[in-house]
This record gives sequence, structure tokens and C-alpha cells, in this order.
Amino acid sequence: MSMHVTLPRAAQPFVSFATLLRRNGFAIAPEQTTTFLTAIDLLGPRSTEDIRRAGLATFAPPPERFADFNALFRIHFLGEDTLSVLGDDEEETVRVQEEQSGEDEPPLADEVNEAGQAAARAEALVQRDFSIAARDEALRRLTREAPMALPRRRSYRRTRGKRGRMVDLRRTLKEASRNDGEILKLSRLKRRTRQRKVLLLIDVSGSMKQRTDDNLRLAHTLAQVSPRMEVFTFGTRLTRVSRPLQLKRREQALANASRLVSDWDGGTRIGDALQAFLAVPRFAGYVRGAVVLIISDGLERGDPLSLADAVARISRRAWRLSWMTPLAIGKNFKPQTEALMAIARFVDYFVDGRSTPSMVEHLLSFRKELAA
Amino acid sequence: MSVRSNIVGIDSPEALEQALRSAYYLADDAIATASYLALALGKPLLLEGAPGVGKTEAAKAIAAVLGRKLIRLQCYEGIDASAALYEWNYPRQMLAIRQAGEENIDIYGESFLIERPMLAALRAPDATVLLIDEIDRSDQEFEAFLLEFLSDFQISIPERGTLRAVERPVVILTSNRTRDLHEALRRRCVYHWIGYPNSEREARIIMMRASSVAEATARSVVAAVGKLRREPLSKSPGIAEAVDWAEAATLLHNGGARWPDAFKRSIGVALKDEEDLSFIAPRLDALIAEATA
Repeated sequence: MSMHVTLPRAAQPFVSFATLLRRNGFAIAPEQTTTFLTAIDLLGPRSTEDIRRAGLATFAPPPERFADFNALFRIHFLGEDTLSVLGDDEEETVRVQEEQSGEDEPPLADEVNEAGQAAARAEALVQRDFSIAARDEALRRLTREAPMALPRRRSYRRTRGKRGRMVDLRRTLKEASRNDGEILKLSRLKRRTRQRKVLLLIDVSGSMKQRTDDNLRLAHTLAQVSPRMEVFTFGTRLTRVSRPLQLKRREQALANASRLVSDWDGGTRIGDALQAFLAVPRFAGYVRGAVVLIISDGLERGDPLSLADAVARISRRAWRLSWMTPLAIGKNFKPQTEALMAIARFVDYFVDGRSTPSMVEHLLSFRKELAA
Repeated sequence: MSVRSNIVGIDSPEALEQALRSAYYLADDAIATASYLALALGKPLLLEGAPGVGKTEAAKAIAAVLGRKLIRLQCYEGIDASAALYEWNYPRQMLAIRQAGEENIDIYGESFLIERPMLAALRAPDATVLLIDEIDRSDQEFEAFLLEFLSDFQISIPERGTLRAVERPVVILTSNRTRDLHEALRRRCVYHWIGYPNSEREARIIMMRASSVAEATARSVVAAVGKLRREPLSKSPGIAEAVDWAEAATLLHNGGARWPDAFKRSIGVALKDEEDLSFIAPRLDALIAEATA
């Protein structure tokens, strides 16, 4: 089949529309373009409305991008100049990815020596040593218990299991047919399980400064025990640090990860950062069915609506969404800031993010939920 | 791709819209277009939308229009091939082996095969419509498994070989969008997002579905439901709820209740969430008064 033949001139604008959509981030397969052309042919087309509907039906854009789709349609087929509407949106997301503050050093953690008196200082130091010991102990506990405690999901596949709930009729029958139809023993089946993906999004902005180092350590430990783990940091920029954290040696892993991140101690535009995260299909795919952990204080400088929208989208895809914030104290925590209130109904757990032990406790508590 | 522009006498979206109307389904232009394209292109139709906007009803109506039997496959987390495709009748095979004694017997014959919805649709593509309902409830493995079925319309049964549909069966998938479906699945389908209808059409739907409801009642219900949908509720009332509400209010009214009161007392069929009810309670009177005005 030689497709090198030039397309009929009439078909040209339709094919280039598909190209335009692709350039604007719509995932469109060549096969869909063919279907689009056939659909237009089927409908007449008697009006541009027919063409638009054929486009919606065959390119299947996600509902939240209908507006973009329609804008592009008007630009392409009606010659309208509505680029400004679309442009705004694009710029917003790009800025998050490209803005650089260019500071390559991670902040020094835990320097909380505001009191001037020597006694107070000594006490603070004791407290700090204590908290470091508690942190390391918590991380060791995570390493020890995570393989058993991290949530697993039942797989679609079945496997032989001595104490499975289902009788493997197929195998039993096969064995019986070898013995002239005599059933000597019942084979059994159980559902296989797989560990769920874990996705960790860490806020590294200025307001989270004191926790950043500990959070990265937690991420590293978790990455060692969870084979399907993705880690991102965000502040004014979104950075994927999953690869360096796979390294076994902690100091080196953390140093490598730190080098990638360039927005330490910046401002926070959580909503835009999460939107940028979701805009990359490969990243957004990590959320599907995953245990999603977001470590952030939710002090949002951007638009709370954009944050709520992003969190809603994440929560729709995730298995459980936990929001770990240093502001959450106690089990009956009720969010107070505007941003946290807006996202409260999409978040499954608000977790005390003030210390590593409490975060580890939460990670290991999924086991109870499964038992229940 | 085999294109049939004429399916049982339906040769345009408008013709399909007419036919759907006679099957008691009021379709708008967009859904009629998408459905027509799906039928003509021989592709599965994927309907997405909030619960209660009439996705399953659309599938039933399309089956009625085509004069085919609707086979429904309700999805759930953990659904697998033996529930969707086929299963061997093992007890029967067992008995057959016992009875056969010394004789030879084929225990993988037709009589031992239990058809599940997908196999049933594949075997009688000209007499059935396959509805794969709430695909978003199934897990990703099942979605991946569906891909194979939806692109080639064939099923392989190890003991018997590959079964291929003589013609492309009509397949309709619905999703409540509790999770995003995989791109590959969307790509293989003709897609339509069903939104809430405008008030004019919704009133007509209510009157068509619930024949005892007066027009004024229908309009009041549509107005009230429209207002409720703009509130930040955890579950907005769908079309099905609107129909129920109109019917319930009419029933109470016929039993002697006065109008605004009949609406108020039957709110439970429209809002089914305690938090939503208590959220709206203080303003319910005003809201209904406004809607019935």
C-alpha cells in the first residue's frame, strides 16, 4: 500500500488539524486521523459543526480539554484568532517547568537555634540529637517492615495456592482425566498480589525548608524498599528525582538528587506544579492506582482553584491520596488555610508531617486498612 | 475499516435521532452524531458522563432501535475472563468423563462451553448489542484485555482455537469517570461525553419517561434540579433523579399534598446524601419557591 500518494487537496486541512492538535499536547494516533476523515465523509459534511462533532467523537479529547479543542478548532477551520485564551494556559504550565532560581545547594536542615542563652541552646541540641535518633530509627523500621506493610493490590492473574479460596476446576479436571475421571485431590487457586506503585511529591519551597532534608531521606529509604516508586520535588519547578534515589548509598543518592533540583527555598505554586505534573502523560500515568503521598504545607501562593482542580484529578486516579503537612496535628485535624480547605474533600488522609516517625507510622498503617 | 453508511435503514444522525425518539430516548444532535458514527464505522461507542445522565439508557435505546438483544456486562474491580468471556462447565465435563467409561469423549465440545457476555456477543454479532457498563470500575488488566477484543473482535479459547466475529458487533462502553481510562482504549472507540441536558430537553425527557407528570411539574423540577446542580454537592442529581422527583412529587400531590410541600417531602429521591441534604436544608424552601414560581 503506497501512502506516498499526495492526499486529495480537500483532505489536507483535516489532516493538518490532527497535526495541530498533536502540537498542542493532544495524544492522537494516525489511526484516529483516518477515522476522522471517514467520519467526515459519512456525515456529508453539511456544516462545520459536523466536522467539529466528528473530531470530538474520533479524537476523544478528555472533557477538561474540550475548551482547548474547540479553540483550536475555531482557529484552524474558522480562522478565528483566539490564541490568547489558549496561550495563557500554556504559559502558566511552562513557567513552572522552566523558571530557575539557579541555587544548587540544598538548605542546611534543622538549624533552630533562635534562643540565645547557653542553657536553652544545650537543650535544643539535646532535643535535636534525640529527633535525629528517632528519625534514623523510624527509617530503619521502614526498611524492615515496608515489604510486608506497603499496600498490595490483587492482580488479575490467579496462581496455585494450597489454601486458595477457589477450586482450580480446570487443573482438577485435567488431573482427573488422567486417572479415568477419578478426583484424587482438589487443586486450588488464589489471586496473585502485586505491590502498589508509590508516588511521592515533595514540596521543597522555603516554607518547608526545615523538613526538606528529612523528607529526601525518607524518599530514599522508601525507594530502596519499593520497586515501583517515583519521586518528584516541586516548588517553582517540577523535578523528577526517582533515578538518583535508586542508588543504594544514601549520601551519594541524596547528593545526586540535590544537584538536579534547582528551586530550593523558592516560593510555592503547588497548583501550577501539580498541573505541570499532570500535563506530562508519562508522569500522570504514575498516579494510576498508586499510593500517592504529597508532602507540603499547602501554603499556596498561586490560584487555590488550580490547586483544587489538580488534586481532584490526582485523587481520581490514585488509590489513596495522603497529604502530609507539618500543620496537621492530631487525628481530628481540620484544615484551616484556604488551599487546604479547598482540597480537603479529595484527600483521603491528612497526616502529621512534622516528624519522620509519624510519617513512617502512616506508611506502615496501610496494612491495617487492608486487614479491615 | 468497513464502513456501512446505512444500518437498518438509518442513514444519517437525524434518522437515528428520530428512531431513538420512538424508543423513548431523547438524544441531542451530538450524541446522535457520535452514535451514528460508531455504528457506521463499526467501532465501539464510549459514553462518559456523570452518573444518572442516561448512558445505560442510551445503550438500551440503541439496542431497541436496531432490534437486537442487549447483553450487559457489568464491570467491577477484579472482573476477569471467566466472568466476561467464557467458562467450561466443569461439573458437566466431570460427569461426562465418568459416564463415558471406556469410550472416547471430547470434553471440550460445544455443550460444555458456558457463554459469558463477550463470547455471546461475538457469536451473534447481528442479533446483539454488547453493553460493557461502568468500565471505570474494572482494573487496568481488564482494560488491557478489552483492548484486544475491541480492536480485532476475536477471542481465543486454547482448547478450541480462535473465534472471530463474522461481522463487527455493536459494542457500547460506559464510564462514570471515577478514574481516567487508558488512552489506548479511548483511541479505539468513538467517544462522546454526555453532559446534563438543557432545561427544555430535560423537561421533555421527564414528560416522556413519566407520563403522569404534568408539564408545569416537569418544568418546576427541571428548574429546581438545575439550581441544585450549581451547588457544591457531593452528588448532583442526574436525569434519572429528576424523573424520579417529578414522579414522586406528583404521587404525593395526587394523594392530597399541596404543591411546594409535595416537592419538599420528596426531595429524598433527588438528593441521596445526608451531608448534601443538611447543606441545602436551610435554603430548600426558597429554592423550591423560586423553581415553582
